[in-house]
Amino acid sequence: MNFPILSSLILLPIVGALFLFFTKGKDGDNLTAKYVALFTTIVNFLISIYLWISFDPSTSAFQFVEERIWIKDFINYKVGVDGISILFILLTTFITPLCIVSVNNTVKNRLRDFLIAILIMESFMIGVFCALDLVVFYLFFEAGLIPMFLIIGIWGGPKRVYSAFKFFLYTLLGSVLMLVAIISIYWISGTTDVMKLYELGIDAKYQNLLWLAFFSSFAVKTPMWPVHTWLPDAHVEAPTAGSVLLAAILLKMAGYGFIRFSLGLFPVASEVFTPLVYTLSVIAIIFTSLIALMQEDMKKLIAYSSVAHMGFVTLGIFTLQQQGIEGSIIQMLSHGLVSAALFLCVGVVYDRMHSRLIKSYGGIVTIIPKYSILFMLFTLAALGLPGTFGFIGEFLILMGAFKDNFLVAVIASFGVILGAAYMLWLYKRVVFGKLVNEDLKQMVDLNRSEYLILTCLAVPTLFFGFYPEPLFNTIEVSVSDLINMHNLNIAIK
Amino acid sequence: MYNLNLVLPEIFVSLSIMFLLILGVFKKNSSQLTFNLSLLTFLIATIFTINETFSVERITLFNESVVIDHMASLMKIITLIGGFLVLVISSSYLKTLKIFKIEYPILILSSVLGMMIMISSNDLMVFYMGLELQSLALYVLATFNRDQLKSSEAGLKYFVLSALSSGLLLYGCSLIYGFSGSTNFDVIANQLDSNEYALTFGIVFILVGLAFKISAVPFHMWAPDVYEGSPTTVTLFFTMVPKIAALTVFIRFLYIPFLNLLDQWQMIIVFLSIASMIFGAIAAIGQTNIKRLIAYSSIGHIGYTLAGLATGSNDGIQSSIIYISIYVIMNLALFSCLLMLKRKDQYYESLDDLSGLSKNHPLLSLSLLIILFSLAGIPPLAGFFAKFYVFKAVIEQSMYFLAIVGLLSTVIAAFYYLRIIKIIYFDKEKEKYDTDHSMWLKFSLTISTVLILLYFIFPSQIIELVSRINII
Repeated sequence: MNFPILSSLILLPIVGALFLFFTKGKDGDNLTAKYVALFTTIVNFLISIYLWISFDPSTSAFQFVEERIWIKDFINYKVGVDGISILFILLTTFITPLCIVSVNNTVKNRLRDFLIAILIMESFMIGVFCALDLVVFYLFFEAGLIPMFLIIGIWGGPKRVYSAFKFFLYTLLGSVLMLVAIISIYWISGTTDVMKLYELGIDAKYQNLLWLAFFSSFAVKTPMWPVHTWLPDAHVEAPTAGSVLLAAILLKMAGYGFIRFSLGLFPVASEVFTPLVYTLSVIAIIFTSLIALMQEDMKKLIAYSSVAHMGFVTLGIFTLQQQGIEGSIIQMLSHGLVSAALFLCVGVVYDRMHSRLIKSYGGIVTIIPKYSILFMLFTLAALGLPGTFGFIGEFLILMGAFKDNFLVAVIASFGVILGAAYMLWLYKRVVFGKLVNEDLKQMVDLNRSEYLILTCLAVPTLFFGFYPEPLFNTIEVSVSDLINMHNLNIAIK
Repeated sequence: MYNLNLVLPEIFVSLSIMFLLILGVFKKNSSQLTFNLSLLTFLIATIFTINETFSVERITLFNESVVIDHMASLMKIITLIGGFLVLVISSSYLKTLKIFKIEYPILILSSVLGMMIMISSNDLMVFYMGLELQSLALYVLATFNRDQLKSSEAGLKYFVLSALSSGLLLYGCSLIYGFSGSTNFDVIANQLDSNEYALTFGIVFILVGLAFKISAVPFHMWAPDVYEGSPTTVTLFFTMVPKIAALTVFIRFLYIPFLNLLDQWQMIIVFLSIASMIFGAIAAIGQTNIKRLIAYSSIGHIGYTLAGLATGSNDGIQSSIIYISIYVIMNLALFSCLLMLKRKDQYYESLDDLSGLSKNHPLLSLSLLIILFSLAGIPPLAGFFAKFYVFKAVIEQSMYFLAIVGLLSTVIAAFYYLRIIKIIYFDKEKEKYDTDHSMWLKFSLTISTVLILLYFIFPSQIIELVSRINII
């Protein structure tokens, strides 16, 4: 048996967390704790890079598969990656070290506990993306609630308790139905192994209900309109690193779940419910973009823009076209980078002025020019300017949508315009204009670590904006095989 | 000639009780000695049970009125270990409250003896005898802190209501005897005439009595008051041990004589289960006393256990037993934490007293965090697997309504567990608590928390143990 590379990816952060837990330094030892966490996550990132390099993109079969008996005659611990999931793992391992670098200013007390929470979170998130058994998937999917609840609740802002509860209960409520569905699948098909289920297929008469049960969970997590209301609260109250994890990775779990499980396991039902998803996605795109226009709090604005962007993702997935699904994956990756960067940008000014209100800023371009340039870059990426990562995903999704349903595509295109409106308006109000407040003159430009993080995010945003080929190479075969399998299943039915 | 080895544990425990009573009367200041000897009794009885009965397939004794099978031996072992652990962590609490008397371990032993008889019973008479033995001991235990008004009130309340339920139970027994001609479970099963409505009445009366003992809604009224009023270690005993025995009787009673009447009693169990799950979850939200809260949470957990029972399948029974075992471990952990909230010889049991615990007591808070998330059923902790097995069995029988209601009530229940976590982790800190806890308390907390946390690594072991139980 080969080296269990995926399990070590999952386990390594936990080992790091245990190390942090058991080695108790003095109060001044925060820096050491940070280095330990950083070291762990960077090693994890390097392993995942190695994983990507040795990944064979010419096949859609699952690779690096590990299987162990877990509960006898019932569940096997099974992990593996294909072209769809590998990039999400990469995104996770890429974002986490940046989060850890960024905690400098935001987390004042109990840094060690915070780092432990982030590390455990990372391992659960990697687990979600490589689980190949429904129960194992559910386990990781749900377990992530615990660290996130603590991150928001302990280190969050003034309304953190409310937000943490809302986040937890909303997500849990969505997920319990998925658990019922998973157990039902076990009794219907005799296995919860995803690879076997792909081969066997699930009887069409059960698919609709099962699809809805999975949908209830993923829709809350995505989040889709009208169950998105936990997201702005959670984002606003979470500390910057928490917001980044939430926006960049947690939301992607649901998009990934839609592709892997909703499309893969329930092709007939996916066809049936496409209009529902279209409707909700289009509402999300237009409605939340309009809400975003009206926001006075920067974090809230970006949170609503996340909902709108995820609306594009769900739209793209259910076009069931090659372009649409590829676009959705790319959109999720780009949103992961860009929204993370935007939250960090908000964090930067918040640390200095302790205000997230747009109206307390203005005219800071001359005071902190480096920041303004980077912020500009990410604003443009968020609105999907050609040449940035954000453009490719949106463009492909709309292309897929035009093929499938003209009307939906046209309405969704308005979302692009609205997106440009709220992002540019935000940028204008914060960075340009007259200096509204004398205190703003005291602001210092990006320090080294902030500069490093934002640059780290800016490089891939631009690079993949101009040259997305490596990503497409990775996902292409897997997506096209998924669609072929889907069409085959539809044809049989 | 009967093979008395099979009931050696019971015989040994009863002889020990008599010996300890005599010892206590004749020797002055023998509390500590009685206490230690009782612990020893538990250990020896456990070893006897493992040695003599663990490999027995199914043997009936004494005109088939006592049965020894896998379920009996497993449940007895859990009961004995539970009794041992309760006793072992009681001592420092009792000493602090100055009620460290010889009666305490003896009462616990006799109530455990009653439970062992219940667990092995294959006859309504034997079952009733065991039930009354354990109840009598429990009444006294509830009032053990007799100088305190609340404790006396708890004992009296428990006594009055329990006597009522025992009456109902006896009435049910007599109805069943009258219409089937026997009190023996196997004989009833053979002579069952399912058209006899009076039999159904009998079943209902007995179920009411049993539901009272495990505090299932709507027969739960006594639980919060009794749990709050009794000394904390007795409350721990209440929440853990009697439920194991009552559940075993529940299983035996429903599945041996009355399996053919499944469609008659299934509805009742489903109702009890749903009502307990929902009521337990909602009523716990407004509580401010931790022991009251645990009372409601235990009502909810009994609901999940009953959900497994309602399936009418072997899987269901096994899942119920797994659930109750994991629940016992979680409860032990939770109460160990509760017993650590001590400052200057006073124990604290209000939710506010937990406020900001994580600042001063990070390890205790972390254990509480793990325990509470596990009670809420969040993976990958043991509590999740307990629920998972139950709902797996429930869904196998296509009882989707029960499964969905049950899982939705876990969301409601999650709210109050989260509230405690919020108080511990997000609120302002208070004064420090003492940290010089007894070794046993620390030991039981560590072991149970580690079991809860790491259960997911070896989930198969407990299933293998339980999978030998084949009632149907």
